[in-house]
Amino acid sequence: MKNFNGTVLFLDRSDINTDEIIPAKYLTEITKEALKPYLLEDLNMDSFDSNTDLEGKQVVITRENFGCGSSREHAPWAFEVNGLYMVIAESFARIFRQNMFNCGMMAIALPKETIERIFLTFSGKETTIETDLEKNIFVVQGGGEKMEVPFTVSDYDRSLVEAGGWLEFADSKY
Amino acid sequence: MGKTIAEKIFDKHFVDNPSGDIHVIKLDAVFCHEITTPVAINDLVSRGKDRVYDASKIKAVIDHVTPAKDSKTAAQGKIVRDWARRQGIKDFFDIGRNGVCHAIFPEQGFVRPGYTIIMGDSHTCTHGAFGAFAAGVGTTDLEVGILKGVCAFQYPLSIKINVTGKMPEGVFAKDVILAIIGRLGVNGATNRVIEFAGPVVEAMSMEARMTLCNMAIEAGGTCGICRPDMTTVDYLWKYIRDDFGSKAAALETYSEFLPDADAEYENIIDIDVSNMEPMMTVGFKPDQIKPVSEMVGEKVDQVYIGSCTNGRIEDLRAAAAVLKGNRIDDNIRGIVSPATPSIYNQALEEGIIKIFMDAGFCVTNPTCGACLGMSNGVLAEGEVCASTTNRNFNGRMGKGGMVHLMSPATAAATAIAGKIKNSSMYKGA
Repeated sequence: MKNFNGTVLFLDRSDINTDEIIPAKYLTEITKEALKPYLLEDLNMDSFDSNTDLEGKQVVITRENFGCGSSREHAPWAFEVNGLYMVIAESFARIFRQNMFNCGMMAIALPKETIERIFLTFSGKETTIETDLEKNIFVVQGGGEKMEVPFTVSDYDRSLVEAGGWLEFADSKY
Repeated sequence: MGKTIAEKIFDKHFVDNPSGDIHVIKLDAVFCHEITTPVAINDLVSRGKDRVYDASKIKAVIDHVTPAKDSKTAAQGKIVRDWARRQGIKDFFDIGRNGVCHAIFPEQGFVRPGYTIIMGDSHTCTHGAFGAFAAGVGTTDLEVGILKGVCAFQYPLSIKINVTGKMPEGVFAKDVILAIIGRLGVNGATNRVIEFAGPVVEAMSMEARMTLCNMAIEAGGTCGICRPDMTTVDYLWKYIRDDFGSKAAALETYSEFLPDADAEYENIIDIDVSNMEPMMTVGFKPDQIKPVSEMVGEKVDQVYIGSCTNGRIEDLRAAAAVLKGNRIDDNIRGIVSPATPSIYNQALEEGIIKIFMDAGFCVTNPTCGACLGMSNGVLAEGEVCASTTNRNFNGRMGKGGMVHLMSPATAAATAIAGKIKNSSMYKGA
């Protein structure tokens, strides 16, 4: 199972689409590793620089409808090869969310108010997150503040994460 | 309680309910193209699972970058080509026979009412126009589809859009779907099936219904879906005539997938098109729309007519009707990509290709082309394209470029004017 702890990258925008996460011109690559330098290259967000801002980050926290647009699994892969295995958002586009769990990664939705509270408390500060998958709690810490945030993950999604993805799960079962 | 179209299809294809509202369903077809499939093939090979569940149910095409533009895209094509041969996939469409996946697969009769279909492409929702459940998926779902012929989805909730009124002249399915996305928002239908119903949809051709369903994903929808009717049967007739004694018998069989009168929808939205104007997008999200009349005179550098949304014969006819006898503006680069070889042929026979060429358009081979900035027709920084495609995302057609989505008629009028303009077909509301 992947590691869901680490330093947070805050992306304070809604509707971040998969073309922004990994532009179509890089879909000619046939290995995941080749996508590494291009993650979030076209993100349309003031003050964000994909060359410097991804350094040392393991978890993304963002707003609504994350990962909308194309079905490309290259989007989760681009995160994966950069060591980012979890995205926490107010909501996700269906295909992106499914692709994350299918790859054994996590896409966790939290209520709008909780996301807002996390942004207000931690955005702009060096922030870490620890994921307790037994108790379903995120421990968020940064700038001297600490917050415990409960989350839910369905049994099915959890089984995909534990199995390391949908392929092994499905091939053994169907 | 009655069932929606999507619920009836799910129940008929049920395999398992692993947890909660997750249903694993059996697939009638798995569609493949050369961008998302090579990674799936390589992964299956590396896992020692280089198999397919049923070669006759897998359909493959090279459409995104064709002919190959460089060594990388040549390698992607080769992986799919070699795999199709190795696995005995007969319905494989390579150079000379290839076209945009969501145009060529329906045209070949591969989509039927009640079918379940996945593809590693978000615009797979197009095929719901036939009363099928068709959804875009990622590479892992695609791999499992290829290997096992199943896919897992949330049991479908549906939103019904009732389209009523009289379509004004010069207003098309593209304008209707842009207006619907504007109303729903880019995540207004996330995890939902959008059922398009009402007299306006019933009067639409299969081509127009495909345009509607194609953009369901732009509101977050899993699938767009239309009720199968005689228009559906007529379109499919040459492929199904051996299975049914008459068109009426085919319709009778397909009516199994009509929604029940007491089917439950999460939401029902009425849209009256009687006063609708031609619409276009104005930002970097497909729900940022305005009537074309409010954008008249805005600068454009390139006009693109084509794609899985609007590259079919009716679309080319509409654009040609506007272009006939006119030249496009000197400052416009006009590009048209007929979506399949048979559409291209039909356009040749009808004199449409000549109209495009006389007007100053570049006519490309059938391909996804400029739509996603992967092969030809890429924009330079700061340039604007008036386009009949489906996504206006930041950088979609080239870094720093801007895309305005619109109907083929509006795109053609814009090409002539050199700036945003309503087509002469539109006489006002």
